Amino acid sequence: MQDAAAFNLIPVLPELFLALSAMALLMLGVFQTDSAAERPRTAGLVAQLAMAACALTLLLTASYGRGPEIALNGLFTADLFAVFLKVLILIASGAAILVSQGYLRLHGMYRFEYPVLILFATLGMMMMVSANDLMSLYMGLELQSLSLYVLAAINRDNLRATESGLKYFVLGALASGLLLYGMSLVYGFTGTTSFAVLADILTVDGSLEVSSGLVVGLVFMFAGLAFKVSAVPFHMWTPDVYEGAPTPVTAFFAVAPKIAAIGLILRVMIGPFGDLVSQWQQLVVFVSAASMVLGAFAAIGQTNIKRLMAYSSIGHMGYALVGLAAGTEQGVRGVLIYVAIYLLMNVGTFAVILCMRRNDRMVESIGDLAGLGKRQPTMALALAVFMFSLAGIPPLAGFFGKLYVFLAAIEAGLIWLAIIGVLASVVGAFYYLRIVKVMYFDEAVDSLDRPVGPEMSAVMAVTGFVVFFFFLYPTPILDGAEAATAALFGGG
Amino acid sequence: MQSLPILTIVTFLPLAGALIILWINGTEEDVARNARKTALWTSLATFLLSLFIWFDFDPASAAFQFEERVEWMAGTGIAYHMGIDGISLFFVLLTTVLTPVCVLASWESVKDRVKEYMVAFLVLETLMIGMFCALDMVLFYVFFEGVLIPMFLIIGVWGGPRRVYAAFKFFLYTLLGSVLMLLALLAMYFDAGTTDIPTLMVHDFPESLQTWLWLAFFASFAVKVPMWPVHTWLPDAHVEAPTAGSVILAGVLLKFGGYGFLRFSLPMFPDASLDFAPLMFGLSIVAVIYTSLVALVQDDMKKLIAYSSIAHMGFVTAGTFSMTAHGIEGAVFQMLSHGIVSAALFLIVGVVYDRIHSREIAMYGGLVHRMPVYAVVFMLFMLASVGLPGTSGFIGEFLVLMGLFEMHTGVAALVATGLVLGAVYMLYLYRRVVFGKLTKDHLKSILDLSPREIAVFAPLILLVLWMGIYPSSFLEPMHASVDQLVQQVQAAQTASPAAMATR
Repeated sequence: MQDAAAFNLIPVLPELFLALSAMALLMLGVFQTDSAAERPRTAGLVAQLAMAACALTLLLTASYGRGPEIALNGLFTADLFAVFLKVLILIASGAAILVSQGYLRLHGMYRFEYPVLILFATLGMMMMVSANDLMSLYMGLELQSLSLYVLAAINRDNLRATESGLKYFVLGALASGLLLYGMSLVYGFTGTTSFAVLADILTVDGSLEVSSGLVVGLVFMFAGLAFKVSAVPFHMWTPDVYEGAPTPVTAFFAVAPKIAAIGLILRVMIGPFGDLVSQWQQLVVFVSAASMVLGAFAAIGQTNIKRLMAYSSIGHMGYALVGLAAGTEQGVRGVLIYVAIYLLMNVGTFAVILCMRRNDRMVESIGDLAGLGKRQPTMALALAVFMFSLAGIPPLAGFFGKLYVFLAAIEAGLIWLAIIGVLASVVGAFYYLRIVKVMYFDEAVDSLDRPVGPEMSAVMAVTGFVVFFFFLYPTPILDGAEAATAALFGGG
Repeated sequence: MQSLPILTIVTFLPLAGALIILWINGTEEDVARNARKTALWTSLATFLLSLFIWFDFDPASAAFQFEERVEWMAGTGIAYHMGIDGISLFFVLLTTVLTPVCVLASWESVKDRVKEYMVAFLVLETLMIGMFCALDMVLFYVFFEGVLIPMFLIIGVWGGPRRVYAAFKFFLYTLLGSVLMLLALLAMYFDAGTTDIPTLMVHDFPESLQTWLWLAFFASFAVKVPMWPVHTWLPDAHVEAPTAGSVILAGVLLKFGGYGFLRFSLPMFPDASLDFAPLMFGLSIVAVIYTSLVALVQDDMKKLIAYSSIAHMGFVTAGTFSMTAHGIEGAVFQMLSHGIVSAALFLIVGVVYDRIHSREIAMYGGLVHRMPVYAVVFMLFMLASVGLPGTSGFIGEFLVLMGLFEMHTGVAALVATGLVLGAVYMLYLYRRVVFGKLTKDHLKSILDLSPREIAVFAPLILLVLWMGIYPSSFLEPMHASVDQLVQQVQAAQTASPAAMATR
């Protein structure tokens, strides 16, 4: 194919830039003199440059990635849908690097590999949401996963961290296997890996007969992807990995990869398999309902805040999938709004968790927050805002996310799913409230360390502000999601 | 009528005050003093502004007035739409009256975290006013649910010994009811294509859908009212909440449910309302009789008043579903009256609780000897609660019974027993607390009402008497809106042949 699309690298510019910067930073780190005095300086420099790279990539994405264009011989698609998700992913990655600095320095993990790995993972995620072919999908996914496996175990001398890394690797590899197997079935029954061709073949024109092999392939693919968003019943790894991994890594895990995987699921399910809604809807409905219920009930008994956030994220992915289960434009828009708000709430919450230090040691128990409302009222206020928002109480942002996905579910006739969802949200409200209760109602224990550092305060303030005042000016996120959805359906 | 967005100003003025309080810095004492003052002035200014709404309100019109409309959520038609009619007008005023009273009532009793306390109350006021003014379902829901956050904190932080349990119970109970309403809202949006309340009020929902929507709304409002058997959160919340929290809870929050029935259930689902009216009557009768009997055996003053609230709200729900003009006006009036009277009764309990730190009836007795002014105030509100002619309680109950009588004699007779039972438990309470010999040692030095406390009660006394002696100033603006509501309900019912058959 010698047409222009084959050589058009402009849509891929953001990814190329990010790849080159990640490699350059890797070189920079490797070729520095490795003395004890030099090492933190290098690490700090690399982290700053990595954040700058994220910001520049974000600008490039916004200006060159809008498309709609197909590049790399049809492997890569650039459209507003991808832009929306990439912006979220880049924000999440940049924030993850930012909030990790203090922690890593304190725990002797201040190494230049950390931001570089995040950059590579980010690159993989950007490829995922822009994938236009099963091959590029898998490439992106694996680039992301391999970076995440290493990140999970980056604290290699810690037993729990290495265990969590290994667990994540083994289960993740299994999921990748499932995905690959599903993809091979799809290829076997349709003869193509390209989304565009798949969509053509699978268009319902009255005579479509879906072969069972294709459906099995689809199910395997969905299972593999569901693992990545830690939806029930593929969620088992989440609490252990969240708890075992160093907290900044958990903060990263909880947001960016989830958004990327949700984006990927949308891309695959709505794009090439969009006309098979009746085949996969039941599956998504079940996964979504089960995630919401398990996320709500299992979190009740948790005392470790990282584990609690793990179950919370399982539940939230369930809510996001409600929108997918609807399978409509409304639904996809709901999912996109949901993940955007999810990003804000989780980044903020983890910023607070990363500030939970006492006598220079991290504390992770919910009980350690006791009396925070009295001793650090601003931080407590921020966490309370995030908790009420995660619980979906208006007027905070989390409510509007739920509003949009449930609206789509009702419109698609999934009344029972919506009912299960809202009931689970009441159960979920209980454990979010418990954190508020511990902060405000319980007697104070020893104070947490202060000060928390300007970058943490900034992250908390910005996310808290947006979550709190989202209702005043929701238009940017709503419009963005609207345009992204239109791009997905228009191009599908 | 005017260009100023007065509803928005009244709604968000308290929030502005709350933001100002957040900026207050200094020593703990300074902060507390300034926070109190700012809260008081803000809530008084809000009250004065809300009076302008009353003066400018056109009682002849049934339409929504002072309407404001701004696009909110792009692409969905969800708008920031505010406006009031004759029904919501007085709830706004009730809220703006009670908030300064609450601030003043907590002047000395709240010593801990005064700044946060005042912020919570002002935020609460904004949400409550917004709820009564909202003319968009989503906006309504945002305010309706948002109230839970400050109330949860007020009960949980400044409450009594079992405050955590009470706060959770309050929050989860009401949330559970509300989320079902959220789904109903979405289903209505799906059916009608809009979230605009005035439009939905004339939208004709299919009858089968009406049943489900009605039930979902019922789940939410019945918990809020609260109706028997979902009332159990109320006694806990009341007992554990600080005095001002109980006042707002009984005074305004309980009205959310009654207001919701009037704003949503009746006009939007008239057929279903008719179908379910017997259920509502049944539950109301049980509420009136059963909770009155329960109130009789309480030995905690706050609990007794809490149960009496449930009984009084039974009148409201019965009157609402009589679907007659008298019944509905009576229900609204009863809600306003109960808002003032129960608020005052909780304040009365608060007065002695601040002195003795006990709510047990057995701890008191013979207070009239040391506290004559207190005894008079208590008597007035006790009698208003019982429904003595000349007080506000009488008008509300009388109108409700009149409406019920037009509808069904038996229901009216059963509900009327509540009057007798109410007299029994209230008089019994009064006798045990105020009369008798002053024998208990810890009461020997108890002080009568301070000037601040008299200032707290004065506006409430005034209102109770005004509403009882000249109710027309409150009923007049209601007429047009209530008539329209009744006509709307009856028109929809006669239009539906199935409803005709059951009639």
